[in-house]
Amino acid sequence: MGFLDISNVTKAYGNVEVLHHVDISVQEGEFLVLVGPSGCGKSTLLNMIAGLEGISSGDISIKGKVVNGVHPSKRNIAMVFQSYALYPNMTVAQNITFGLEMHGIPKAERDKALAEVAKLLQIDHLLSRKPGQLSGGQRQRVAMGRALVRNPDVFLFDEPLSNLDAKLRVDMRTEIKKLHHKLKTTIVYVTHDQIEAMTLSTRIAVMYKGYVQQLGTPKEIYDTPANLFVATFMGSPAMNILPARVVTENGAPHAEITDADGQKRHLRFSGNGIASWANRDILLGIRPEAITDPEGADRKSGNVQQIRNRVTVTEPAGSDTFVTMTLSGKDAISRMRADSNVVPGETFDFAINMDKAVAFDPESENRIVV
Amino acid sequence: MMSAASQETAVSTGRIARTFIYLVLLLFSLYYLLPLYVMVVNSVKPLSEITGGNMMALPQTFTLEPWASAWSTAQIGVEPTGLKPYFINSILMVVPAVAISTILGALNGYVLTKWRFKYDGIVFGLLLFSCFIPFQIVLIPMAVVLGKLGIAGSVSGLVLVHVVYGIGFTTLYYRNYYAAFPTELVRAAMIDGAGFFRIFWRILLPVSGPITVVSVIWQFTNIWNDFLFGVSFGGTRQPMTVALNNLVQSSTGVKEYNVHFAGAILAALPTLLVYIVAGRYFVRGLMAGSVKG
Ligand SMILES: Nc1ncnc2c1ncn2[C@@H]1O[C@H](COP(=O)(O)OP(=O)(O)O)[C@@H](O)[C@H]1O
Ligand SMILES: [Mg+2]
Repeated sequence: MGFLDISNVTKAYGNVEVLHHVDISVQEGEFLVLVGPSGCGKSTLLNMIAGLEGISSGDISIKGKVVNGVHPSKRNIAMVFQSYALYPNMTVAQNITFGLEMHGIPKAERDKALAEVAKLLQIDHLLSRKPGQLSGGQRQRVAMGRALVRNPDVFLFDEPLSNLDAKLRVDMRTEIKKLHHKLKTTIVYVTHDQIEAMTLSTRIAVMYKGYVQQLGTPKEIYDTPANLFVATFMGSPAMNILPARVVTENGAPHAEITDADGQKRHLRFSGNGIASWANRDILLGIRPEAITDPEGADRKSGNVQQIRNRVTVTEPAGSDTFVTMTLSGKDAISRMRADSNVVPGETFDFAINMDKAVAFDPESENRIVV
Repeated sequence: MMSAASQETAVSTGRIARTFIYLVLLLFSLYYLLPLYVMVVNSVKPLSEITGGNMMALPQTFTLEPWASAWSTAQIGVEPTGLKPYFINSILMVVPAVAISTILGALNGYVLTKWRFKYDGIVFGLLLFSCFIPFQIVLIPMAVVLGKLGIAGSVSGLVLVHVVYGIGFTTLYYRNYYAAFPTELVRAAMIDGAGFFRIFWRILLPVSGPITVVSVIWQFTNIWNDFLFGVSFGGTRQPMTVALNNLVQSSTGVKEYNVHFAGAILAALPTLLVYIVAGRYFVRGLMAGSVKG
């Protein structure tokens, strides 16, 4: 049993079930990120933890106590909303201490807590302003201050960075991570941004269509995605998914794909697990960074397969150059070093790190252990 | 070249158009102000100047006698009381009626937008429907209800009638205004531990100024100017409008037009005052309610 337990929880609006049998157990001090495309039910789940939405069936418990019917203010949780939800008529100081006031904390104690939080978030100089006089980043800080001051058991964040511009978003992301390192409070964080999910979390729950598709560490999610959805949703550019056939050569399973000219190419799998799929079609998943120029190949990999192929487009992105080529009739993207000298229309050698390749059942779209 | 030329013509036609608009507006203003002018001018003349002369002329002898008469001695019906007691009746009726209907409207709007319940749409629809019921239809049922409650012919009876009739409008105003108010704020306050009334009082009400002005002006003008409910249910405590009618319609003696004019201005004064004090916010509040709602 964890610190925050979501057991077999479903949510229905009328006859429409929007969350199906969600099971997540969060340990104390964990940073759990709920990630998924818009409308997958992330906010609904978060609101159920907060007590803002009812639970149709199942249980949510915090510190071993079922909180299903407990009022939001009695769950000892704090929430940061996407719009920040700062009270427009109150000053920053009043915004931050409103919750303490409602809980009957004496003024002297409130002021002390306020001073601490203001110092931690560096908003001392803003305390007498109204929210309307703050920038987006400052509002964001105040919203976090309001959550922090309560010293809650669980922090809930609903897309807290999505209203900030790109640069500020990255800064605040780092700041939230630092804050978590310092305070070690349990956090449940909702985002549709997979990079936020990867960088912030200790564990990720990838959600889609009201189901938790996979729950695991960022590395597990990235390297061994449970299914095709998780594989393509996490990572940017997205994982290349190539129709392939499993063939046996020299007793070892290979993926048979075609190059830009329609020539058959064989790539040896690193394991034998997929041998039972011999002579059947699969979907081969290769991340862009696993296709490089031969000199840039991962030296620690035990299985780099070389393939010669024609380049369609190159996209220099400063730190990397993205190179598009055709594999098995699909556009495949490879991430090359910025100074690699590939040219569109010509053929080059590429190194594919098959240690990182994954395979999916084309029918069920679940991952096959290679 | 092309664009410069067309810009020039745009400026010159703009000037002509603007002059035209100002002229039209000026004409409208004059048209609207003319009755007020006639009323004011004739309310400070002796009666002989009106009957013997020109309604449009400025007074030759200035007198406040008609005002004093209208306020405290003129014949209202059979009693020579002036309009004063009726003015007080109107104040006693309009203040609580406006306050109660506005507070209830605000609470209704709050509940209908932030504490949704089953069939809340139907409840709102019915309240909205009440805005379209003509006065005449409710006269008889209302008389029965007031009789049963034992408050027929009293100021409290009139207050009740106006509150009931006004709730539909005030609810509509506040509902549309609060619909644009972010629900996340209410949720944040819930997590902060504020209850139903605390959220209303501390979070919503402080930002409800513009729509409250709209509601108060609307209710004040309608209730103050109401004649039908006043004459039907006022009994011995009739409001200003009814008294004014009695003053003007009284058939005994000569028609004291100057007194009538003064009385009419007295009857219109409170609404005028409310508009002057709060009118600025009225337009702003109407816009906020309608555009965002
Ligand atoms: N009050 C509601 N009534 C009916 N359906 C709702 C309601 N709130 C959310 N939904 C539906 O539930 C699903 C999940 O919504 P939400 O949790 O907000 O998604 P996310 O936060 O992942 O974008 C959506 O399909 C949405 O349309
Ligand atoms: Mg959401």
